Amino acid sequence: MKHLLSAADLSFHEIIEILDLAEEMHTVQSRPIKKLPALRGKTIINMFFEDSTRTRTSFELAGKWLSADTLNISGKGSAVSKGESMKDTMLTLDSMGVDAFIIRHSGSGSVHQAASWVKASVLNAGDGAHEHPTQALLDAFAMRRHFREQGVGDLDGRTILIAGDLAHSRVVRSNVLLLHTLGATVQLCAPPTLLPAGVQYWGAEVLDDFDAAIEGADAVMMLRVQKERMSSAFFPSEREYIDGWGLTPQRITTMKPTAAICHPGPMNRGLEISSAAADAANSLVLDQVSAGVAVRMSVLYLMLGGEGEK
Amino acid sequence: MPADSPDGASASNPPIAPDDAGILDDAEIRRSLSRMAHEIVEENHGTGNLVVLGIQTRGVPLARRMAEQLNQIEQSTIPVGSLDITMYRDDLHRNPTRSVGQTDVPRDIDGKVIVLVDDVLYTGRTVVAALDALKDLGRPEQVKLAVLIDRGHRQVPIQPDHVGRVLRTSRRQRVTVELSETDGVDRVTVIEGTAP
Repeated sequence: MKHLLSAADLSFHEIIEILDLAEEMHTVQSRPIKKLPALRGKTIINMFFEDSTRTRTSFELAGKWLSADTLNISGKGSAVSKGESMKDTMLTLDSMGVDAFIIRHSGSGSVHQAASWVKASVLNAGDGAHEHPTQALLDAFAMRRHFREQGVGDLDGRTILIAGDLAHSRVVRSNVLLLHTLGATVQLCAPPTLLPAGVQYWGAEVLDDFDAAIEGADAVMMLRVQKERMSSAFFPSEREYIDGWGLTPQRITTMKPTAAICHPGPMNRGLEISSAAADAANSLVLDQVSAGVAVRMSVLYLMLGGEGEK
Repeated sequence: MPADSPDGASASNPPIAPDDAGILDDAEIRRSLSRMAHEIVEENHGTGNLVVLGIQTRGVPLARRMAEQLNQIEQSTIPVGSLDITMYRDDLHRNPTRSVGQTDVPRDIDGKVIVLVDDVLYTGRTVVAALDALKDLGRPEQVKLAVLIDRGHRQVPIQPDHVGRVLRTSRRQRVTVELSETDGVDRVTVIEGTAP
C-alpha cells in the first residue's frame, strides 16, 4: 500500500488486515509504555489545511507510538500563508526526505493530486466533501467490535443507517465504499436538500422514512450538520430538523436492542443527536475516538513498515 | 564447541544427512519438553512467579505444552502468553511489510521469571527482538530461554538455558518444526536448501 487516498482503494482482504492489526495496536494503548519500534527512523508530516482536533492528534499519536518522527504543518504559520502553493510546499518537504504526508484540505480531490507530486506516501485525512478513508476504517473497527460483543456476527450482512448532513460529508462517501466492500447494507436518510448530487449511483438505499429506518438498522450513524459549510438555509429551522432527522430520546427507544449509535464528531448536541443518544450505553462515540489511534497505527505500519510490495 | 567451518560443520561433527527425515518424532518432542519442564522446576525451586511466553508462531503451542507440563509437575496454574516480535525485527525495513501476530502477555510481568519458548534457535536475532519487546512490557526479574532445537550459527551472543536437542546443521540446511496444533503432526525435519 503506497498511498491511501480513497476507501475504494482497499480490497476486502486489505480492510480485514487493517482491522485485525488494529486490534493488536489497540492493546498498546492500554500499556504503561505506549511504544513500538516499527517505524523508527521514518518521518511523517501532518499537513492540515483545515482545523481538526481528533484526526490530527490521533495521526500524531499513531506515528509517535510507532516511533516515527511526526511534524505538524498547518496552513497558518507555514510558507503557505506567504503565498507559496501547496505543491511547492510539498515538494520542498519531500526533498528533505520525508516518508509520508498526511493531508487534510478543503478541496475535494486535492489529496489525489498531491500524491502525484511527491515521492513519499500520501494519506488522505479528509479532502473537502470527498473522502476520509481512515474515519470509515475506525467506524468499521468500532462497529465490528460492538457486533461481536453483542453476538450478532461481523459487519457482513449488517444494515448500517447513515443519516444527517450527507451533502457536505466526506465521512459518508468513505463509509459507503468501505461498508459495501465489507458486505454490509448501507441505508442513507437525509432531508432532500442535504442529499449529495448523484447519490442514486452510490449503490446505497436512500430512504425517506427515518423512523422506519431506525427500527431496522444494526447501527445508526449520525452525521454533523456542517453549519460552517452552508452558505444558505438547507432546512427551515433547527426545531424542524430535530423533529424530522434528529436522533431524539424517543427515537432511540425504537432501535434494536443490539444496535449501535455512532457519530464521527464533533457533535452538535441537541441538533442531529440528543444527549440521551450520545451518552447511551450503546453509543460508540468514544469507542470511535479510541479506535482512531489504533486504526491509524495499523494503516501507517502497513504503509511504511516494510520495503517494497508484499 | 569446536570452531565452525564456513558452512557451519566441522570434520568431527558432520552436518545431518538430508535423508535423515524424521529427526524428532512426536514421542521425542514430548520427552524433550518434559525434561525441560523438570529442569525449569528444579532450577526455579517450583513454579511460583513463572510466566511462560511463546514466540510467534511455533513457540506459542510449545509454550502452552510446556506450561501444561509444569502445571502437572507442580499442580500449579502458570500464566501463558504469546509474544509477536515482528515490529522489533532488525530487518523490518529490508523486507516487504510483514504481517503482525498476536501479543498476549499477562498484565503485570514486573518481578516475574519469564520463560521464553521458541521452536528453533538459529542466529539468535529473534531472541534479541523478543528481549527488546519484553522491555516495553515491563521489567521481569529474570528471563530464561527454552528452545526445542538449537541448530547453531549464532550471529549475536545469545545462549539458551534449556534445549530440547542440539542439531549440527549447515547453513544450507533448513530445520522445519511441525506441531499438531498448527500443522497436524509433531515432527522435526532437516532438509537441504537455502534457509529463508
